[in-house]
Amino acid sequence: MHKLTRATLAFNGLGRCLVAEKHVSALKIHSKGFVCAQHVDDSGKNEVYDIIISGGGMVGSAMACSLGMDRNLEGKKILLLEAGNKKVMHKVPDTYSTRVSSISPGSATLLTGVGAWEHITKMRCKPYKRMQVWDACSDVLITFDKEDMQDEMAHIVENDVVVAALTKQLDDLSDNVQVKYRSKVVKYSWPMPHQQANAIPWVKVTLASGESVETKLLIGADGPNSMVRQELGIPTVKWNYDQSAVVAVLHLSEPTENNVAWQRFLPSGPIAMLPLSDTESSLVWSTSHQQAQELLELDEESFVDAINSAFWSNENQSELIETAGSLFRSTLSAIMPSAGSPRQLPPSVAGIGPKSRVKFPLGIGHASEYIRHRVALIGDAAHRVHPLAGQGANLGFGDVACLTRILSQAAFDGKDLGAMQHLLEYETERQRHNLPMMAAIDLMKRLYSTNAAPVVLLRTFGLQATNMVPALKEQIMGFASK
Amino acid sequence: MYANRCERLVRGFVGRQRSASSWTAVCTQRAVCKQRAVCKQRTQPTVTCHTSARSVDPDELRRFQSLAGKWWDDHGEFAALHALNDLRVPFIRDNLLNVHRTRVPGKPLGGLRILDVGCGGGLLTEPLGRLGANVLGIDPVGDSIGTAKLHSSIDPDLRDRVRYRACTLEELSAEREGGGREEQGAAQFHAVVASEVVEHLADLETFGLCCNHVLKPGGSLFITTINKTNLSYALGIVVAEQLLRIVPSGTHDWEKFISPVELERLLESNGFSVQSVRGMLYNPASGAWSWTDSTAINYALHAVKVRDDPDANQAEGHAEAAHS
Repeated sequence: MHKLTRATLAFNGLGRCLVAEKHVSALKIHSKGFVCAQHVDDSGKNEVYDIIISGGGMVGSAMACSLGMDRNLEGKKILLLEAGNKKVMHKVPDTYSTRVSSISPGSATLLTGVGAWEHITKMRCKPYKRMQVWDACSDVLITFDKEDMQDEMAHIVENDVVVAALTKQLDDLSDNVQVKYRSKVVKYSWPMPHQQANAIPWVKVTLASGESVETKLLIGADGPNSMVRQELGIPTVKWNYDQSAVVAVLHLSEPTENNVAWQRFLPSGPIAMLPLSDTESSLVWSTSHQQAQELLELDEESFVDAINSAFWSNENQSELIETAGSLFRSTLSAIMPSAGSPRQLPPSVAGIGPKSRVKFPLGIGHASEYIRHRVALIGDAAHRVHPLAGQGANLGFGDVACLTRILSQAAFDGKDLGAMQHLLEYETERQRHNLPMMAAIDLMKRLYSTNAAPVVLLRTFGLQATNMVPALKEQIMGFASK
Repeated sequence: MYANRCERLVRGFVGRQRSASSWTAVCTQRAVCKQRAVCKQRTQPTVTCHTSARSVDPDELRRFQSLAGKWWDDHGEFAALHALNDLRVPFIRDNLLNVHRTRVPGKPLGGLRILDVGCGGGLLTEPLGRLGANVLGIDPVGDSIGTAKLHSSIDPDLRDRVRYRACTLEELSAEREGGGREEQGAAQFHAVVASEVVEHLADLETFGLCCNHVLKPGGSLFITTINKTNLSYALGIVVAEQLLRIVPSGTHDWEKFISPVELERLLESNGFSVQSVRGMLYNPASGAWSWTDSTAINYALHAVKVRDDPDANQAEGHAEAAHS
């Protein structure tokens, strides 16, 4: 219908122009000046996909797998666009990579559901059963663990391993999900909310190769500097923390069971040691830009000394705080004698891994809208957090699970996948979960960024009290495990 | 969330005014161009004589003609109909899945032929098409059919599965009887859907007869309509049309409403067996519909064309299974 009308008008020339000038202008745009027998119907030229996911990182690939495996979405055309190369891991490299993530039980469930968890456990991952968090300015601490250390709290997995596992799974799903590697997007064109005669009704994605594709729903999973979000002009609340994170792989002095994650809040920022194996751990040290640069430039021995000192030294503590701390502790133990946990000391570090230390800047960001007509944002494109709580990847996986469920139901109800009605449901559900989490993480960061006595006293008391209330700790762990 | 919704409503309202006018203008232009265009359509030419169709009321036609361009604005005049899809699509889908066991994942209604009577702009026709069915949408208002064709032509999935014709049910039924395209005779469709149609018809007996005629034995008939009660007058006409303007004023005539009992009687006298009747309720604050126990205002009805011969059932069942 569409094609014939336009072609007919083209043949009948200028007379029609006056009556239907919009059609002629469309001809000019789409046929590049040739007003003749060329098919000018744009949707005939470009391939129309049901869903395009822009960005093939951990969250984007997980989204692709999750959609590809959904029964209600079978037969839909799904495309994943990734600017980088295909990450294949036939054999796990001997050295650990520096970028790791803490995968919560909720995220592990998602990854199991898409069949990638099996690959991950075969490749490499490390479960940990306890987390100890303590302050440098006082000797108060809080520990999180499941009862009697039976189950794991979470797993530490290298980011490369996660992506490789998901890539492997995508190979198996190649009937449903197409993947284009080395395809960088240069332009997005957005549809009008209500159809107008000459606008393209779908989202159009133009690649660097000159190729363009169209889709009924675009999912933006392209990281904290998301091009999708920027091109849509979605207002984003963001600011840079004056901190960079230094990451490295650490060799421990002696082999240990290594099933505890350690984090100490220094006034300059938290330092964390996450277990990778019995002899190696991953370091994530968030500190000021200047100190981060200095740390990168230190020789290996001095760097190791700095790490050990950060975990072990008590120089930040003052008499006042120590007295106050012990006073709180004795008061609380009078009220709740059985609560509290024994202090453990983290393992000492002997050396660092062969891969060089890296640093990256930290910031917080939150898109005020996760969705627009025919577009949805997931992962870091929608929200970016400080690594101190190990939640960045998990929030992204949570987005994947929620959006898949909503799109699956929409498809089963015969809805247009890009329609706002169900996308709004996704936005509401995820914002309700993500915003409190982000607020809490930001609050923690601010609370622990100072060594002013009143703030230290406040957080000392708060941390001790929280440590002594198992119900509260369970709530926190439950929230973080989703 | 509510602040979000309010903001979106406001934006939608502002946006709606701008786009509705341009969409209507475009639609009118398109309709005019189509009538002038030389190209022969795949389907029958627009039927202009409606007087032969006894069940269609000319006043109703005029009313819907003026609204033809506004179908696809989900915050416009037909917002409540868009929202009704949340109930009626699952209602149709689940009842058909119960009857037709063959199920292809991703296409729950694959292989089924459905007739959407009074399809308007195709609001219900398109979701059924997306679920895999071959749908024919008919409506006496030529402009609405034009809108529907335009909207579905853009989607490559729907182009092949969803067809539209500007005609009435009687015309379609008569055509089939006169030795139409299929060799099997009159019965063509696995299901007939008449959603928000029955309350606009002048002659329901003919409607019932024609539905029976175009359905395969054992085929399903889905009707959603409004009950004839005091409550439906108060809420459906006074509140909905005049106070809250959920529906354009003058859309409904209370005299034409029919109660479920009456409708059931009428259908059973035309060879149907009513399977279920469920009440629906619209919440103007949230803009959403929900199922309810009371059929006092809106209700949905599912009836099945009675099979004449029990042996023929088995043959039909096997034939269906083989074809789908």
